[in-house]
Amino acid sequence: MEKLLKIDRRIIFVLVALAVTIPLLFRFKMAVPPTKHVKSMYDKIDSLPKGSHVLISFDYDPSSKEELQPMALALLHHCFKKDIKVIGMTLYPAGTGLAEKAIKETGKEYGKKSGKDYAFLGFKAGSSLVILNMGEDIYSAFQEDFYGKKTAGMLALKGVSSLREIDYAVNLTAGGIYEAWIVYGREKYHFDLGVGCTAVMGPEMYPFIQSNQLTGFMGGLKGAAEYETLIDHKDRAAAGMSPQSVVHVLVVCFILFGNFLYFASGRKQ
Amino acid sequence: MNKNREIYILFFVLIAFFIVSVVYLSFGWLDIWGEGLGIITAAAITLAMYSFLYKDNPVFKIAENLFVGVAMGYSIIIVWYNILKPDVFEALILPVFKDTGNAPQYSVIVPTLLGLFMFLRLSSKLSWLSRWSFAFIVGMGSGIAIPNFINAILLRQLEPMLTPLYSGSFWGTVNTLLVLIGVVSVLFYFFFSLEHKGPIGGISMVGIWFLMIAFGASFGYTVMARMSLLIGRIQFLLKDWLGIIQ
Amino acid sequence: MSFLKRTVPMIIAFIMGILMVFQYYVPHEASQNLLKVVTRWGMIISGFAMFIGAYSLFHLHWNKIKLKVSGWGYSVFVFFGAGITIIFGLYNGGEFFWNDKQVGTMFDWLFDYVQVPAGATIFSILAFFMASAAYRTFRARNKEATILLISAIIVMLGRVPIGTMISQYIPIAADWIMSVPNLAAKRAILIGVSIGVIATSIKIIFGIERAYLGGGD
Repeated sequence: MEKLLKIDRRIIFVLVALAVTIPLLFRFKMAVPPTKHVKSMYDKIDSLPKGSHVLISFDYDPSSKEELQPMALALLHHCFKKDIKVIGMTLYPAGTGLAEKAIKETGKEYGKKSGKDYAFLGFKAGSSLVILNMGEDIYSAFQEDFYGKKTAGMLALKGVSSLREIDYAVNLTAGGIYEAWIVYGREKYHFDLGVGCTAVMGPEMYPFIQSNQLTGFMGGLKGAAEYETLIDHKDRAAAGMSPQSVVHVLVVCFILFGNFLYFASGRKQ
Repeated sequence: MNKNREIYILFFVLIAFFIVSVVYLSFGWLDIWGEGLGIITAAAITLAMYSFLYKDNPVFKIAENLFVGVAMGYSIIIVWYNILKPDVFEALILPVFKDTGNAPQYSVIVPTLLGLFMFLRLSSKLSWLSRWSFAFIVGMGSGIAIPNFINAILLRQLEPMLTPLYSGSFWGTVNTLLVLIGVVSVLFYFFFSLEHKGPIGGISMVGIWFLMIAFGASFGYTVMARMSLLIGRIQFLLKDWLGIIQ
Repeated sequence: MSFLKRTVPMIIAFIMGILMVFQYYVPHEASQNLLKVVTRWGMIISGFAMFIGAYSLFHLHWNKIKLKVSGWGYSVFVFFGAGITIIFGLYNGGEFFWNDKQVGTMFDWLFDYVQVPAGATIFSILAFFMASAAYRTFRARNKEATILLISAIIVMLGRVPIGTMISQYIPIAADWIMSVPNLAAKRAILIGVSIGVIATSIKIIFGIERAYLGGGD
């Protein structure tokens, strides 16, 4: 019993690695029924007419790329498929590389052009100050796009002067910035806002959903998988659901077995 | 003896990685002129990071420090191209010396000076000037936060709790009541000005239960998040690098 | 001198704070222009502030190298990584830094194939340690820990497709946990933190909270 409790942690590591690798290799397929919060985001974007403006703020960096990049790609596929104009930006310096690649490569698949069908505005520092500045005048916050082109007169931004004219904004977030988007953006300039967040932050979204301050949210890889299912474009997130399931069961087994040993050994650690 | 074994393991892994890379490049499974070398570099860095799971080792430390350096270098360059170049250099400095078709934006002098004052924090004699910059930012942030937080968080979050309890269904009513009890009891738990005894102690105990359920949920979601990151990396290794899954 | 060192910054914070509070209640064009101008200034100052972070990092590693503390050799890689990234960033694919940023350069290559895999992997390592901690330390020691443990298990199973396969009630239970007790606790924390933010902001404006001034006179 003592030995089992003091097992080399590397054995646990190997089991975790296997629980992820085997389902990926054998490609177990699992249905991912969309939850209402993800469906609300999908419905909102799906209801927008051609030429509407969706702002996506890619507020994450490589450390949460595996959770948020699949969401970004799924959203971009949906927007470009519906001929919606995408305005991309980031409040994280290291978000620029990920955002630029996602917009450019997805746009290419649908024949979309920078400046005409989408605008990637790049990065600005100051988080809440950037949101407030954009709320007053988007061209003041971003006088040039990421590529150095003047934003004034850009076709992709036609009809948009501030956040007030945005048809839907999505904040893909790996930190507390979503709160700034709610407090200084949505509540002050009155636009609809959805959030795509890491799973760690998922529980924090519920109060804002109930108060109607958010039009839905996607939490973690599971949220991305649900969105992929909704747009019928299953990719990495959907493929990740079988290992995610197996590894969750493994962690539950660890907890139960660990507790069994704890109680069986007379509650001695 | 142990050290020798670890050196052998390191050599074995390096040779295996080298052979795999050569085989993949020579068979054209990875395109040397396209993304091939990049993917091999990324795979090497991914494996170097995971070597920490065996034990802390020099390969991990090199990769870690290299990452810290590259990340900082990246941020510096991005700040230049996205902020300093368009908002300071091209808006203020360049038009003064060259006809760019735009008049210099002289108002930018103020934030530029305050921005430069920040660097004086590093000087022993003039560091007090950096306080002006911090005071500007902190004062402005505070002034902006007060009304916006009252409106967007306090009022808007209290609003759903000031509606009639009966929402059309029995369970809906129970849940609304539970949310109300939960919020009040957790707030009581965090209210330290009163001793947690008697009825107050009882209410804050209920608050602890609500908090425990919420922390349990957060733990579940944290496991989910970390596992998702791992799945992403294994997908990279199996799909982008080795190409054994589609 | 104390006037310039302590009083002036406090006056700046007070004026900016009061000005911004009033700005919120005045929907006049002039007031909106004021917000536009000062937030843009703030954005530019924040841009400069990022270099302070860079200085701290380089200073820390430079000291490690200078004092030859244990493991100082690894700090060289910080400078190496930053050095090549900055050089390629300034070189800008042959267009140099005074021109618009080019894409697909060596600078982007370093991001895609060094920073992205390293950053993504380093945080995924935690997955292994969480699993290990779940086995070794997550114990139902008392009533509170048991509630936490049961809630965690239900959410973990209910939030993945396999939960439905085990029992259709698991996702329903997970949904209930999230939208009732979790919502209540998170809302209370949110209200508490917001009151804290508002109180600190008032203290800053009136000069009661002065930590941002740093030490010294």
